[in-house]
Amino acid sequence: MLTMPKPDFSVLARRSEIAAALRQIVRGEGVIEAPTQMRVYESDGLTAYSQMPMLVVLPETTAQVSEILKYAYDNGIKIVPRGAGTSLSGGALPLEDGILLGLAKFNRILDLDFENRCAVVQPGVTNLGITKAVEHNGFYYAPDPSSQIACTIGGNVAENSGGVHCLKYGLTSNNVLGLEIVLITGEIIRLGGKHLDSEGYDLLGVMTGSEGLLGVVTEVTVRILQKPETARAALVGFPSSEEAGQCVADIISAGMIPGGMEMMDRPAIHAVEEFVHAGYPLDVEALLIVELDGPHVEVDHLIERVSAIAKANGSKTLRISTSEEERLLFWAGRKAAFPAVGRISPDYLCMDGTIPRKKLPDVLADMAKLAKIYDLRVANVFHAGDGNLHPLILFDANRDGELDRAEKFGADILRLCVKVGGVLTGEHGVGVEKRDLMPEMFTKTDLDQQLRIKCAFDGQGLLNPGKVFPTLHSCAEMGRVHVSGGKLAHPELPRF
Amino acid sequence: MIFKPTSPQELAESVVAAISPFEIIGTGTKRAVGRPISHLNLLDLSHFRFVNAYEPEELILDVGSGTPLSEVENLIDEKNQYLAFDPPDYSKLLGSEHSGTVGGLLACNLSGPRRIKAGAARDHVLGLQAVSGRGEIFKAGARVVKNVTGYDVPKLMAGSYGTLAAFTSVILKVLPKPETEETIVLRGLDDVTAVHMMSTAMQSSAEVSGAAHVPGQGTFLRLEGIAPSIVYRRDKLAKLLDAKIEMLNAEESSSQWRSIRDVAPFIDNLKTLVWKISVPPSLAPSIIAKLKMQFEFRYFFDWAGGLIWLDSEKDHSSKIRNALPSGHATLLRAPQLLRTQSNVFQPQDAHLAALSKRVKHSFDPKGLFNPGRMYEGV
Repeated sequence: MLTMPKPDFSVLARRSEIAAALRQIVRGEGVIEAPTQMRVYESDGLTAYSQMPMLVVLPETTAQVSEILKYAYDNGIKIVPRGAGTSLSGGALPLEDGILLGLAKFNRILDLDFENRCAVVQPGVTNLGITKAVEHNGFYYAPDPSSQIACTIGGNVAENSGGVHCLKYGLTSNNVLGLEIVLITGEIIRLGGKHLDSEGYDLLGVMTGSEGLLGVVTEVTVRILQKPETARAALVGFPSSEEAGQCVADIISAGMIPGGMEMMDRPAIHAVEEFVHAGYPLDVEALLIVELDGPHVEVDHLIERVSAIAKANGSKTLRISTSEEERLLFWAGRKAAFPAVGRISPDYLCMDGTIPRKKLPDVLADMAKLAKIYDLRVANVFHAGDGNLHPLILFDANRDGELDRAEKFGADILRLCVKVGGVLTGEHGVGVEKRDLMPEMFTKTDLDQQLRIKCAFDGQGLLNPGKVFPTLHSCAEMGRVHVSGGKLAHPELPRF
Repeated sequence: MIFKPTSPQELAESVVAAISPFEIIGTGTKRAVGRPISHLNLLDLSHFRFVNAYEPEELILDVGSGTPLSEVENLIDEKNQYLAFDPPDYSKLLGSEHSGTVGGLLACNLSGPRRIKAGAARDHVLGLQAVSGRGEIFKAGARVVKNVTGYDVPKLMAGSYGTLAAFTSVILKVLPKPETEETIVLRGLDDVTAVHMMSTAMQSSAEVSGAAHVPGQGTFLRLEGIAPSIVYRRDKLAKLLDAKIEMLNAEESSSQWRSIRDVAPFIDNLKTLVWKISVPPSLAPSIIAKLKMQFEFRYFFDWAGGLIWLDSEKDHSSKIRNALPSGHATLLRAPQLLRTQSNVFQPQDAHLAALSKRVKHSFDPKGLFNPGRMYEGV
């Protein structure tokens, strides 16, 4: 069961006073306190958890964000930043005594600079919105999380989001050039810009993927790329995951980094085919989609090499897309994997570990054993190129104890990922979901060092507390403290 | 005193027992970079010279921080892999003996011409083990290429010039080497036209992996990959640029880019002051024009104009920094006295400087590691 920081009743008692103060900063409808209107903010993409915030505030300018944070800092009030709320790890789960800071109104594109191959946008712009803004010139923004239609670039920065193309094009952190952030003290800081490499420490790198715990992002400069001329995909079925895994390893060993390389196991293939009718073979144990992108001549050349490698690894079925329609059809199945699984099960949990690719057969075998023990079904989709595994655990929340069992099963899968040399999360973030599993991967010393970074940014632990780190430590305990006049500020606050 | 630990534990013990600060070195090839640190204990990490793991098909390499870069490059070259960020060899530029260690490369976050396509050293660091200024052994990241578990501490370590922690081992992402390369050369362009041409090439889908302009030599555009693809992209670019082009074959291309990567134009005189200036690429010509009116210098552009290399005989720090509307300038090569007196790294505003100090403190509260190497108090 998830334990969140204890609400501070002295803050809750001041709710209307706080709302009034926020209204002084954000006039009009930007401050929400009616429960019916706050309801939409009670969960993010991890719907198993919900919590009504104390208040919601929707600022429109960096100056307002700065004033809100400074007010929160001076008054010891917790802040939970939120983009579109599509996080799958509960990163934007509200706190009972916290202000939910929604960045949705930061939805403007500020500067499209093709000459310098970058775009400057506000954090509430959607991931796909960036691509839409630049595609008239043939450009796009490379990281493509599956929620790209809805998720915001600010959220992508917070989570360091990936996508199916990140083996070749990198995660968010490899595609962000600059940020404007506001610290909890209200200080506005610019990191990077249209130039390459940070001056001083790479705080841009630390901010990216910090899950809203270090600062609030108010402006993002991203790298944009010219779209590849063409793309073709191979759809390859294998009699076992070993052969499929070997095929992936051989493709990479042969010197190729495909734009996308996705694998599905038998349960996923069947769920998808029933739903989408993409023409997936049903008599295989593993299905691989390998996509090559680039100039025609290169793609045609490499897809031949991929076919040869697939055959050498005992592929049972092999189709190469000959048209854009066919390529999209191959992908239609993979992209519908989550809803397809949603169709065959009332509920599912989506896990997100990364493993050394060669361990895939072992992990799948152990996972099958766990499925028996927990008496639950599991389907697997796998970003095969980079080893990022998404087991989908099927369950029915209306049945007594099944959510609990599914969560325990999920935790065991992630422990398994760590045991074979992998990690708890490849792209969804730790949030609240994997928070308590952090000690599986990190020692206390490792975690303490990360917490000290948190203290350097947010000494009072007011930004998104209860996420990422499992244990409560005050920054004073961590050996770093702001003491003024011999007194700790806000001694009544729980400190992380 | 010189400490030369042989294990992370021994290193941690030296740090715990330390009563005065350390200068951290691998093989000492970049000691002349950054603000000088003198009269300190030396913490020599050259014993951390080993390969923990090299798994070509998993694209990971886990090596001791004191492993010479050349050893690493030879090792992965056998499997046709490379470090895609194009690690430079500044030995001739700095007058040192060789290209140094992996730990030093990472500590300075050094990347070459391919940075514009493949990212910087920081983009290829997957994990590390290090000892903090508290004398604690910690790890961050992991031996997988995709990981968002916890803060991205490896990125923070990249470019921290040994001021935060002493690395014992680092995990790098390795990638398949391109099969071949060619370079398009345009001759006789002025700065404005050159940057425009480079931008045009970078805006195309030709996947240019190097774009440099060396006044008096030419404007260079590198294409890498499989041969038929290069031919296709070369023809496409030629049409797009609509200018007279020459071609460098694979061998010539490779040597040309090594020269740009290693800043060969400035190795003839070790006495000049060398600046590494990172700016939005389109601003490079106007910055140079502004500076030309003020003092004499040599220069060339890498990163499609985004990196200005500049050398001059006299110190013109303030003129250079005043000429930058954005970006940053680093005084990469200068005599010790000058590095003591002027800002080697771009000065930061008060908020950012304070945050940097707090970050430093979070790793090294007693200021034991390379104190003042980057900024005073950091």
